[in-house]
Amino acid sequence: MLLIIGLKHSEYKEIIPSPLIGQQAPAFELPTLTDHRIVNSSSLRGKPYLLNIWASWCPGCRVEHELITSIADQGIIPVYGLSYKDAEHDATRWLERFGNPYTEVLVDQAGKVGIDYGVYGAPETFVIDAKGVIRHKHVGPLDIKTWEKELLPLIMTLDEPQS
Amino acid sequence: MLCLPMPTLTHQYQCALRACLRRILAVSVLLLITCPLLAVDVLEFESAAQAERFRDLASEIRCLVCQNQSLADSDAPLAQDLRREVLEQMQAGRSDAEIRDYLVARYSDFVLYRPRFSSVNLLIWFAPLLMVAAGMWLVIRQLRRPAEVDDSQPGGNLD
Repeated sequence: MLLIIGLKHSEYKEIIPSPLIGQQAPAFELPTLTDHRIVNSSSLRGKPYLLNIWASWCPGCRVEHELITSIADQGIIPVYGLSYKDAEHDATRWLERFGNPYTEVLVDQAGKVGIDYGVYGAPETFVIDAKGVIRHKHVGPLDIKTWEKELLPLIMTLDEPQS
Repeated sequence: MLCLPMPTLTHQYQCALRACLRRILAVSVLLLITCPLLAVDVLEFESAAQAERFRDLASEIRCLVCQNQSLADSDAPLAQDLRREVLEQMQAGRSDAEIRDYLVARYSDFVLYRPRFSSVNLLIWFAPLLMVAAGMWLVIRQLRRPAEVDDSQPGGNLD
């Protein structure tokens, strides 16, 4: 009986709950992909944003790219990209080929910032509010259903002025 | 060449083929023995004791990409990064508990093979005890019942 219940729920086993939800997003200082300018994570605060962890070697990133692009194009929320464990020229070529939706791409070649964010694969998408608190984490390619049902409603509440 | 039936091969070819197969076998055996060692990338330990402490700790930590392997066994790039991180923190003088906390803060309790005692998994820790208690309660009830049933049921039926 218990085994059956367990097996029925086991489809969720790949999603590891993030202990970072509700916590301040880990601080980082990373160079940008385009001009190697150092960006401090505190400078991203003041407005909600998405942090999309991606890499050119990641097929799932290709899958969600169209949606990420349309989110960025509609100006719903700024999307920052974290180039995760990727060679710079591969990342640049990938963006040239498929388009660059990101407000800024930050380069985490060693994957150290990824560890701080509890990243265990790409793509992953974090919703971070104006105060720099992680409000949501989506693991795997973002799809329209998840976007409309989970992320967008949350982002709408974030847009209201915070008391 | 290998598809030809053996009798059509000349003696010379047969010998060459056998030598070749033997070599393949030797290489495969060697690979089988050394592959688990290859999974561990080059880390420089300061002492044998540190290496042992590292192995103990890494075998308690789950590789998150290939969830049924420990950090010590996995070849996934993330596992390599985490191994390096664990070693760096060890060399910086952090305790095992501090390193575990560091990983749990980022990857949740899931990263540990030995679950910790927390309010969330309290039930898991006590479930076996609860089940034994429930079982004993059932057994005791069953043992007591026949006496009651024997006394009351015939009487009840007669009425």
